[in-house]
Order: sequence, then structure tokens, then C-alpha cells
Amino acid sequence: MNIQIRKCYYGDIPEENNSGAGTQSASNESLWPLWEVFIRSKQGLDHKHAGSLHAADAQMAMENARDVYTRRQEGVSLWVVESKNIHASNPDEAEMFFEPSSDKAYRHPTFYDLPDEVKHM
Amino acid sequence: MSLHDLEKTFQDKIDKEIKIEPKDWMPEAYRKTNLRQISQHAHSEIVGMLPEGNWITRAPSLKRKAILIAKVQDEAGHGLYLYSAAETLGTSREQMVEDLNSGKAKYSSIFNYPTLTWADMGAVGWLVDGAAILNQVMLCRTSYGPYARAMVRICKEESFHQRQGFETLLVLSKGTKEQKAMCQDAINRWWWPSLMMFGPKDSESTNSDQSIKWKIKRKTNDELRQQFVDMITEQIKLLGMTLPDESIRWNKQRNHYDFGEINWDEFWSVVKGNGPCNKQRLEAKNKDHQEGLWVRKAALAYAEKKRLRVTVKVA
Repeated sequence: MNIQIRKCYYGDIPEENNSGAGTQSASNESLWPLWEVFIRSKQGLDHKHAGSLHAADAQMAMENARDVYTRRQEGVSLWVVESKNIHASNPDEAEMFFEPSSDKAYRHPTFYDLPDEVKHM
Repeated sequence: MSLHDLEKTFQDKIDKEIKIEPKDWMPEAYRKTNLRQISQHAHSEIVGMLPEGNWITRAPSLKRKAILIAKVQDEAGHGLYLYSAAETLGTSREQMVEDLNSGKAKYSSIFNYPTLTWADMGAVGWLVDGAAILNQVMLCRTSYGPYARAMVRICKEESFHQRQGFETLLVLSKGTKEQKAMCQDAINRWWWPSLMMFGPKDSESTNSDQSIKWKIKRKTNDELRQQFVDMITEQIKLLGMTLPDESIRWNKQRNHYDFGEINWDEFWSVVKGNGPCNKQRLEAKNKDHQEGLWVRKAALAYAEKKRLRVTVKVA
């Protein structure tokens, strides 16, 4: 007989093993908006996306970002932006949107044949 | 594109080691598996604060107290990185918290064991975090971008956890007769549950390894567990302590340590909610959540009041 047991990987316990009972949690009237966090790791570098967090307002988002994302000198400057204000490109249209213009070879320096004598160019 | 074509394009990307990002097309099962795994991982970090929080007020010195607070704060941070990665898959933080508090969602069973003595703080850092790190290092290369990035940040911080755990035990192992006994006792209690952390044996499944094919996972439970046994069996020599398994011995043919059979009945019993601390953990989470409600509401009301004040000034 072939016994089928559903494998569960470390850190991935299947849902059918629920312990079931529990208490009902609080209502949704206390939701804080989502913010995206950007960190400049040192002077001279760009701010880079680090992750997101929830906060009631910008000041709290800033303080939470410091506590969550910069506990070990990860940054010298922080930006927080409410996630709803970020507009992203659509991956389905990426091919068209980021068309590489490979037919426009003249945009690249190697397109131009110059005599070897030309220096510093 | 047909579903079949989409799935093929998706698998091609995975095979070429191209990461999957939140807005990319993905099979529903891939989304679900990642969501379940990332949220369980997040819950584990959050619940993992409870057994350690137990010792913050009773740490034996100011130095140990400061270290423990920093470690627990890290766990909170790791939970938040992971919740934020899970949210990119289209679930809300509130939903995840609710699933945890209601008992619907799972977290690592290891946190359903009690921390009885100070030596447990050492054993948890060394064994439990040690086991977790093996999984997490592998996950730094997982195929879902936000999960992989969160894991990279976590791994950078986790190493301190394991080292401080080993050092805590090292100090005890050189202490009084009582301290040595406490050290051995903690290792005895945490060894088997730590081995269980890696999950059921590979041979227990005849399913295809979809998680490996999708590169969510890159190593099987048994591979990780063996890696852990080999690592710990060497490290424990430096503590002058022993592991509570008499069948551990070096196997020349395999080039690995052989070890004894895990009590799988205990494993499933704890997963199903009958571990020594399952109830306390859920009760503590629910109590915190309910008692924090007024704080969450007050913060929102204060933010709104500040916003109105600015509007009035502008007008």
C-alpha cells in the first residue's frame, strides 16, 4: 500500500493541523496605514528601499523605521512614504515599457569607428 | 497567454534564478505556499519573544539583561520584516495577526516549550537559533524577492543570537557544580525539540517536491537536520557537555554523524496544540493585542488631530 503523507517543510506547517480554538481578536477600527521605508546607508549613496511598516502618521513612521530598520548603523538618512502614494509600473507591460531599443545602436559609444590615434575618448 | 504558457514562463524564470517580485504573475499555489510560510515564519519570531521575555527581569546581571533585551528586540524586528514581505503577497497585517491570535495560523512548535532556568537562554540561542539559522541561510536564496531580501537582513543579525547563546553556556560550563548541572539540563531538554524544528522526515512523503522545484526551499528537512547534528556534535565538545542521545556516532561511510530516532508522536502532538505552553502563548498574544487596542486607537486619533491642526493653520 502506498501511504501518502503530505510533506511539510521546516517552517511550513500545513493548515489541516490547526489547533482550532482561539479567541476572537480585536476589530479593524485601529488600523494604521502602510508606509514604505528608504534608507541612505552612507553619505554619497542613494536612498534604497528597505521594506515597509505600519504607523499612524509620518513622525511615527520615521521613529518606527529607525527602530525596525536601523538598529545597527544601517543608515544616516531615512525617507518614509505612505505606500498608497507610490505608483508602480506594470510587469505585464514591462517588455513594451522597457523596450531595449536594440535597433538604435547609435545610442552607444561603440557604434562610432574612430582611428586609434584619437586619445582620451 | 494561456495558463500553461504563463506557468512555463514562470518556471523558466525560476530555473534561470530570476527572482519573482510581488506584481509578477505567479501560480496561485506558489503565492499561497509563500504566504503561509512567510507568515508562519513571522509569527514564530513574534511568539519567540515570549519564552525569552520570561527571563528579562531575572537575567543574572545587567550585561546579560541588556543583551537579552537587544535579542528580543531583534526578534520583533525580524517579525516585522517578514510581515512586510508577506503583505506584498496581498494579505493584510490585520488578517495575519487575527489568524495568529485565533489559533488558525501556525508558528514554530519550539516556542511551545517552557524556559525553566537561566541556562535555557543559552540553549535557546545556541540550539534553537542555531537550527533556525541553517534554514534562514538557505532562504536568503529563496525565489520570492521580498522574502529573500528579508532573510538577508535577518541573517546578518541572527549570528549574534547564536554566539551569545553559546557563550552563555560556556560561562555556565566553567562555573560551580550547580551551574554545570543547569547547563547540561538545559541541553538535555532542548536537544530533541531542536531536532524536531526541521520537520518530518523526507521519507514520509511520496509527494513531488514542489517547493524545491519552485526554489522556495533548496534543501530538504533531513539535509538541514543532518547539517545541524554534525555542527552541534562538534561544538558541544568545547562545552564539555553531552547530547542526550547515546546513538550519536561518526559514520565513516556517510561522512556524517548518525543519531537516534525522534519522538514523532510528541512532534505532532505539539503541532496540534498540545505542547506544554501552546495555551499560554496564545493567551499572552491575545491579551497583548486586546490591551494594546486603546494605544492603537489613541495614536490614530492623535495623528488625525495633528492633521486637522495643520489644515486650520493653512486656512
